[in-house]
Amino acid sequence: MSPMNLRQRLYLVEVLTGLALTAAHFFRNMGRHAARALGRSGSRGAVTIQYPEERRPFSPRLRSLHRLVRREDGSPRCVACMMCETVCPAHCIYIVADEHPNPEIEKVPRRFDIDLGKCVFCGYCVEACPEDAIRMDTGILEFSSYSRGGMIYTKEMLLSFEPADATGRPRSPIPLPANRRV
Amino acid sequence: MLIDLGIAFGRVAFVMLFVLNVAALLGWVERKQSAIMQDRIGANRASIFGFRALGLFHPLADTLKMLTKEDFRPARADRLLFELAPVVSVFFALVAFASIPFGDTLQVAGRVVPLQAVTLNVGVLYVFAMLSLGVYGVMMAGWSSANNYALLGGQRAAALMISAEIAIGASIMGVIMIHGSLNLMEIVRGQGRLFWGWLPAWGIITQPLAFVLFVTAGIAATKRIPFDMPEGESEIIGYFVEYSGMKFGMFLMTDMVETIVLAGLSTSLFLGGWQIPFLLADGFRFPWGAGITLSPLLVTVLQVSAFVAKVAVVIFVLMLIRWTLPRFRYDQAMRLGWLGLFPLSIANIVLTGLALAAWGNR
Repeated sequence: MSPMNLRQRLYLVEVLTGLALTAAHFFRNMGRHAARALGRSGSRGAVTIQYPEERRPFSPRLRSLHRLVRREDGSPRCVACMMCETVCPAHCIYIVADEHPNPEIEKVPRRFDIDLGKCVFCGYCVEACPEDAIRMDTGILEFSSYSRGGMIYTKEMLLSFEPADATGRPRSPIPLPANRRV
Repeated sequence: MLIDLGIAFGRVAFVMLFVLNVAALLGWVERKQSAIMQDRIGANRASIFGFRALGLFHPLADTLKMLTKEDFRPARADRLLFELAPVVSVFFALVAFASIPFGDTLQVAGRVVPLQAVTLNVGVLYVFAMLSLGVYGVMMAGWSSANNYALLGGQRAAALMISAEIAIGASIMGVIMIHGSLNLMEIVRGQGRLFWGWLPAWGIITQPLAFVLFVTAGIAATKRIPFDMPEGESEIIGYFVEYSGMKFGMFLMTDMVETIVLAGLSTSLFLGGWQIPFLLADGFRFPWGAGITLSPLLVTVLQVSAFVAKVAVVIFVLMLIRWTLPRFRYDQAMRLGWLGLFPLSIANIVLTGLALAAWGNR
């Protein structure tokens, strides 16, 4: 660090420069807040995203909570081929296969559980699926639970989720931990 | 007799309510102002019946939290001093505002009442005495906590406040020399004079160097950033490290009240106190001859509002400084106090004396 010159060692000038900078931020932001409060749109006075009400727009490539894609009759598109269970590096998927009533379809999962407490969100299951039956596009990131058991999502839950809208905002209700005490 | 008592009560009540309410509000001001300075929004979630009121309920929620928290005392702490320290600290900060005038005289029931809580002919000395006694609370807290970090904080606070008090005392000597009085009311009245018929003789114009020195030393004496080595959040936490609940809240309140006292004092000494330029006892008298005649009550209301507005502006600037500058190192603060502020204030006394000798008193 080079030695300070006289102006810097006097300190007062540098202090006033700093105060001018912060005061300019204060008055600029106050003006913007006032303009928005009066109903005039304009740039926002703060960079804060007020999270539960506002959400940061997500990328469409985001890997969020899984969902099982439904057929037109509402049954899962999954054919219980075990590809995702095999490729999963965290061994968090548990599938029990069953006969499908339709002879054209080979199998159907009787159970399809994902333990989100173990999942590493690598997305391999989505890539491995030959039927495009599992996707990670719900936009939901806020899954939490008071117990380990509560982190296990069953077939019915995974089937109920909708994909996120274009801005990445989830369309399904966010599973609150209080609702999922197991 | 009863009327005199009522008037005395009213004067004290006004000052007490003003200081306490503004102190409670300062927590909110500090949060919001710092947030807006830093492009944030600041605390805005506490709500009553769904009303958030820009986060104004947060001081209320904080107070409730502190009142209901566990009041912990370390096992080896000195019980008496530990309990007494926050009381001493907050008491001397609260009483310091008493002799700061917030308006000129008011006619009530045939009596001429000066608008300050206590009329003292040594008002300046009284305020400084009370502010200096506040350091005992800090030292007691540091020593009685039986904690080395608290002791370090208390010792740092004592050293800082002594080096700052001397600079404060010396820096206001110039103001006292000009007005020839230690009575704050007289000093404020003296600042109502006009130079060349238009320039108000406020302390900031007659004593600009003293103003800078006073504010700098005043921030140091109130132990706020950039002079907060007694706390030093990232290093030693400071003299109140063992305090919890409302006792800790009292130390926080001391901080806020001392800020208000500093703002009130710099307003009275350097910014003309309750004076509004060209406002005399019977209305505005402008230097170009025009004038507006006002009733005495309206003049008093204007003066009190002017005082409150000036205090608010000074508090804004103090907060701006507090949220802009980084903390001084301990040795830097000592060097600034003893080798910067103190010699400069002595030089200011000499310059003021020479100027008074050359141009005469007033």
